[in-house]
Amino acid sequence: MRIRVTLAVLPLIALPLACAPADEDDGADDPGTSDSSTPAEDPTDETSVDTEAGGLSPECADPASLPTMESGFATIATDSPAYEPWFSNDDPTNGQGFESAVAYAVADTLGLQVKWVVVPFNKSYAPGPKDFDFDINQISITPKRAEAVDFSDGYYTAAQAVLGLKDSPVAGATSVADLAGYKLGAQTGTTSLTVIRETIQPAEEPAVFEDTNAAKQALLNGQVDGIVADLPTAFFITAVEIPKATILGQFASDTNPEEFGLLFEKGSPLVACVNEALAVLEGDGTLAQLEEQWLSNEVEIPVLQ
Amino acid sequence: MTETWSPSDRELERRRIRRRQRLQRVSTATAVTVVVLGLAGWGVTLTPGWDRFQETFLSWEDAKDSFPSIRHGFWLNVKLFLVCEVFILALGLAVALARQARSAWLAPVRVVAVVYTDVFRGIPTILLVLIMAFGVPALNLQGLTTDPYVWAGVALVLSYGAYVAEVFRSGIDSIHPSQVNSASALGLSRPQTLRFVVVPQAVRRVVPPLLNDFVSLQKDTALVAVAGVFDSMFAARDYASYNFNFTSYVVVAVFFVVMTVPLARYCDWLQRRWMERERAGAL
Repeated sequence: MRIRVTLAVLPLIALPLACAPADEDDGADDPGTSDSSTPAEDPTDETSVDTEAGGLSPECADPASLPTMESGFATIATDSPAYEPWFSNDDPTNGQGFESAVAYAVADTLGLQVKWVVVPFNKSYAPGPKDFDFDINQISITPKRAEAVDFSDGYYTAAQAVLGLKDSPVAGATSVADLAGYKLGAQTGTTSLTVIRETIQPAEEPAVFEDTNAAKQALLNGQVDGIVADLPTAFFITAVEIPKATILGQFASDTNPEEFGLLFEKGSPLVACVNEALAVLEGDGTLAQLEEQWLSNEVEIPVLQ
Repeated sequence: MTETWSPSDRELERRRIRRRQRLQRVSTATAVTVVVLGLAGWGVTLTPGWDRFQETFLSWEDAKDSFPSIRHGFWLNVKLFLVCEVFILALGLAVALARQARSAWLAPVRVVAVVYTDVFRGIPTILLVLIMAFGVPALNLQGLTTDPYVWAGVALVLSYGAYVAEVFRSGIDSIHPSQVNSASALGLSRPQTLRFVVVPQAVRRVVPPLLNDFVSLQKDTALVAVAGVFDSMFAARDYASYNFNFTSYVVVAVFFVVMTVPLARYCDWLQRRWMERERAGAL
């Protein structure tokens, strides 16, 4: 079975390589936003969300009365370095990259200005007072994690994918069972790692990496045959960072597709209003548009059986 | 005729008083300890974050869940410090002896030894682990492993070797010159003097600091986690970041404590035994 995925990378490649991003030529699938390529140059463009939009309840409509750390501001955290395609140029403040754009869109919807703070992932879920209103860092929502922190509703549904070097034997793998014979790796603390351990169950222990950079290095060094990551990240790696790598397939997300959520301090009073904002963005198509703009490319990725 | 000796009334009285005093001392000590520790514990549970702390650091469920992978990873730590310790002792002693070399021909060896101890004691161990584990494989040396586990181990050996060399050197320096003079009076050559007179005494004298370094090494094997070796520390961190619960850190801490305490007790015992032997029981 093949499914169509809207995914990854486009503006980042398109901008430096070609002045006419339209030559990516397959936006046709989504008639509503047939020209989604130009906004990439203009960080303010995603603020086109109608800020007076309805959909917000009265409690959330007044920015000054929102329970944020600093009145009128949303203090938003992410880790450093901030990886592509979620952020761009390791700079969350430029409004580029999917998560940066989503963060600005949420803040705009609520009528808030944005302040960024750097919070390492490991610290984001530590108990105690937090120095941010919410954290956006490709954090998967799981029930177990929700015991320690609060999550917003999901703003992106992530599939997991496996990638390997084109000229290595692993490139011939077409099923989950094929993959079990190879040395695989993933970033620590991620669902990607859980996919290896629980879905693939390879003969060899999975290699665990501190971050995506270490995983990429290990792939290039031949220390692992393949790495598992979420699909947009896999796309970015194969399209931009390691062209000689290819995505071997994605994993069927039949059981509870995994969603990325914004992370809040447990019991944060802000969750309800942010959820309303996300609902507004979902409803008016902004989220889908941002997803297309930053994460999408019409590509077919086979689903591994 | 043999009337057995029985204590006088006064002696009995004395014993009674002593017993009562001892009882008093013990009960006072116990009461004070219980009260102080109890108050401290009670104070901690009164802190506003105690419930959260308990959930995130002391959850029995999470301890059970994280236990298998931590135990699995801990075996890597154990193997690592056992193997490294052997190399560290050999390297440390060799460097210490090199620094003792007096011959003009051996000047380069002396210089290397001095530079080595200076440089490797100066570099934070964690940096050395990172540099070795990521740097050496990048050199693409033929025939050498790229396993970060091995290179992280090499980094530990280099770092601790420098410390242990200094410990050995202090031990050697502490041997009284009369020992060396006596040895040469007996016609021993300088190497023989070192081998049979100086080093055995020096080593015995520095066993406590050596074991101290050994304990320290056991804990520092957790540093290999930064190089991506999935040891107990990394397993704990992996569990924590996947489940947003820090209990795994407490579990791994318990593992290390359980391992180091017996060694500390063994160290005490060993030292006492040697002291008894050397001082002919005059303890």
